[in-house]
Amino acid sequence: MNAEQILFILFGAVSLIGAVSVISFRHPIYSALSLVVTFFAQAGLFVLLGAHFVAAVQVIVYAGAIMVLFLFVIMLLNLGTLSAKGPIGPKLKGFAVILGILLAIEGIYIAVNSASDTAVAAAESATGTTTTYDIGKLLFSEYLLPFEVTSLILLAALIGVIVLVKRESQEEN
Amino acid sequence: MENLPLVLILSSIVKILIIVHLLLVGVMLMIWAERRVSGWMQDRLGPNRVGPQGLLQPVADGLKFMFKEDIIPDHVDKPLYVLAPAMLLVPALIVVAVVPFGSSITLFGHEIPLQIADINIGILYILAITSLGVYGVVLGAWASNNKYSLLGGLRSSAQMISYELTLGLGIIGILMLTSSLSLRTIAIEQGSYPWQWNFLIHFPAFLAFTTAMFAETNRLPFDLAEAEQELVAGYHTEYSSMKFAMFFMAEYMNMIVGSAVTVTLFLGGWHFFGLENVGGPVWSGLISFGIFFVKTAIFLFGFIWVRWTLPRFRYDQLMNFGWKFLLPVALTSVVVTGILWITTNSRLVVGIGNAISAFIVVSIVAGLLVMTTPKPAIQESDSQFAPTALDAVE
Amino acid sequence: MALEYYLVLSALLFTIGVIGVLVRRNAIIIFMCIELMLNAANLAFVAISRNLGETTGQVFVFFVMAVAAAEVAIGLAIIVSVFKHRQTINVDEINALKG
Repeated sequence: MNAEQILFILFGAVSLIGAVSVISFRHPIYSALSLVVTFFAQAGLFVLLGAHFVAAVQVIVYAGAIMVLFLFVIMLLNLGTLSAKGPIGPKLKGFAVILGILLAIEGIYIAVNSASDTAVAAAESATGTTTTYDIGKLLFSEYLLPFEVTSLILLAALIGVIVLVKRESQEEN
Repeated sequence: MENLPLVLILSSIVKILIIVHLLLVGVMLMIWAERRVSGWMQDRLGPNRVGPQGLLQPVADGLKFMFKEDIIPDHVDKPLYVLAPAMLLVPALIVVAVVPFGSSITLFGHEIPLQIADINIGILYILAITSLGVYGVVLGAWASNNKYSLLGGLRSSAQMISYELTLGLGIIGILMLTSSLSLRTIAIEQGSYPWQWNFLIHFPAFLAFTTAMFAETNRLPFDLAEAEQELVAGYHTEYSSMKFAMFFMAEYMNMIVGSAVTVTLFLGGWHFFGLENVGGPVWSGLISFGIFFVKTAIFLFGFIWVRWTLPRFRYDQLMNFGWKFLLPVALTSVVVTGILWITTNSRLVVGIGNAISAFIVVSIVAGLLVMTTPKPAIQESDSQFAPTALDAVE
Repeated sequence: MALEYYLVLSALLFTIGVIGVLVRRNAIIIFMCIELMLNAANLAFVAISRNLGETTGQVFVFFVMAVAAAEVAIGLAIIVSVFKHRQTINVDEINALKG
C-alpha cells in the first residue's frame, strides 16, 4: 500500500462520511459544515490527481464563497427552529433509499465498465500534474467562447439576484 | 519520498518548528508592541512593569487566560462553540507554509530554501486558506446564540466576502508581469532595489490589496464585527479563558501573516539594496531572513499606526468603500496592466498607466457619488433651526 | 491508483446527493445536495482527465464551478424571497405557483 492509496482511502472516506452527514443532520448549519468537509476532502482528491489549480479553486469557490453564502442565508433566516418539522414518512424514505441504492449499483457498474475501456492510456500518463499555465492556455484559446458565455451567465445571475431582492424591498416600503 | 536526502527532511521539520514558534512568539511581541506603541501615540506609558520594558506582560496575560475558568454558557450550541476558535486559528497558522522568509542556506552541500513549501500555486493557496478564516467568526457567532454575536458574525461574513474580491484582483497584475503563481519566484523577480519592487509598478493594486487585507484581519477601521460600542464584543462576546485567547491570537497571527505576504508580493521580499547577497552561503540566507523580518515588523507598525489614526467605518460606508472604490480600482488596474504590458512591455509605462487610471477611476466614482446622493438635509434643518432659535431668543 | 476507484467514489457521492434530494424537505438542504452532485461530476471529470492525460476535463470543472456559483446566488435569492412571502422553506408547503 503506497502513500497515494492511503491518502485516497482517507480523503474518500472523509468525503463519503461528510456527504452522508449532509443528508442526515437535522440542522441546516451542521449540514452545511459537513458539506464543507466533503468539499475539502474532494480538494485533497484533486491534489492526488495532480490537478492543483482545480483543488485551489475548489477551496476558494466552494468552501470560501458558496458555503459562506449558505451559512449567511441560514443565519439570516434563522432556520434552526423551522427545519425540525416536516420530514417525510418512513415508507417514502425507505423507497427513496432503495431507489438510491439501485442508482448507486447502476453508477458503479457504468463506472467500472467505462473505466476498463479507457484504461489503455492509464499506464503512461498516471503521474502527470497539470499546471495553471496549461489550463489557462486551453481556456483562452480552444474554450474561449464557453469562457465568455460563462461570464455572461455570471452577469445574468448578478442582475437576476439584484432584481429578485430589490423588488421585495420596494414592495415593503 | 525514499530518495530525499535526510538533510532536507530534517531541515523541513526544523523550518516548520521554527516558523510556528516564531509566529507564536511574534503574536506575544505584537501584543506587547501594540500596547506600548498605543501608549506612546497617546502620550502615556503602556504596560512597563512585568519584565524589562514590560516585555513579559503578554506572558503574564497568557498565564492569566490559562488559569481563568473556562465557561461554556448553557444556551450555546456546544460542538460548534468549542470548534469555532480552532477553525479561526488553524487557517491563520497554515497560511504561512508558502511564504518565503529568506533566500536560501547551503548546508552540507544541499541548498535549503528558507520556505516551508514552494508550491506552484502559492498565491491561490493563500487566497484559499484565508477565505476559510471566516468560518471561525461565523460559527462562533452563530453558536453563541446571542443576538450581538450573530450581528457581528453577519457583518463579518458580508465584509470578508466583499473584500476578498479586491484581495484577489489586487494580485492579478503581479501575476501577469511575473507569469508565475509561486511566491518565491515573485519575490526573486522583484530584484534588489526599491524602484524595482511591485508596489511602485502596481501602486493602486498595492493600496487596494493592503486595504482589503486590513478588512480581512478585522482590524480598525474595519472591525465592525466586534465594534464595542454597538455589539459588546461582537462574535466573541460569549467566549472566555483560552477560547477567547485563541480568537485574539488568531487576529494577531493573521496580521503577521498578512504583512509577510504583502512584503513578499509588493515590497520586494527579502531584497534590500543587494544586502541579501553579502556573506557566505549561510550568512546571506540569515541576512535575507533578517531583512524580511524587519520589513514585516515595519509593516506591522503600520497596522498599529492606522488603528489610532482612522476611526471605524459605518456599515454602509464599509460596503460603499469596498464595492464602489476598491473594486473598480483593482479591476481597472488589472485591465490597464494587461493592455499596457502587451503593447509596450515596459514596467515603467505599466506603473505610470496604473497610477493615472486609478486616479481617473477614483475621480469618476467620487463625482458620481456626489451627483447621485441627495443633498444632505443638514442645510435645510439648519435654515429651519436658525430662525426658531432666534425666535426663541426673541 | 486506478481510475475505477475514483469513478466509484464519484458515483457514490452522486447517489448520496440524489437520496438527499429525495429524502429531505428543507429547500436549503436540497440545494446543498445538488451541489454535492455537481461535485461528484467534477471528481469524475478530473479523474478521467488525468487518465487520458488531457487538461480539457479540468477546464470543464472550471466551467461547472462558475455555473454552480451563479446557480447558488440565484437559488439562495429565490429561497430568501420565498421565505419572506411564506415564512417557510419546506418544499411540501411551497406547492402553489401563485403566492
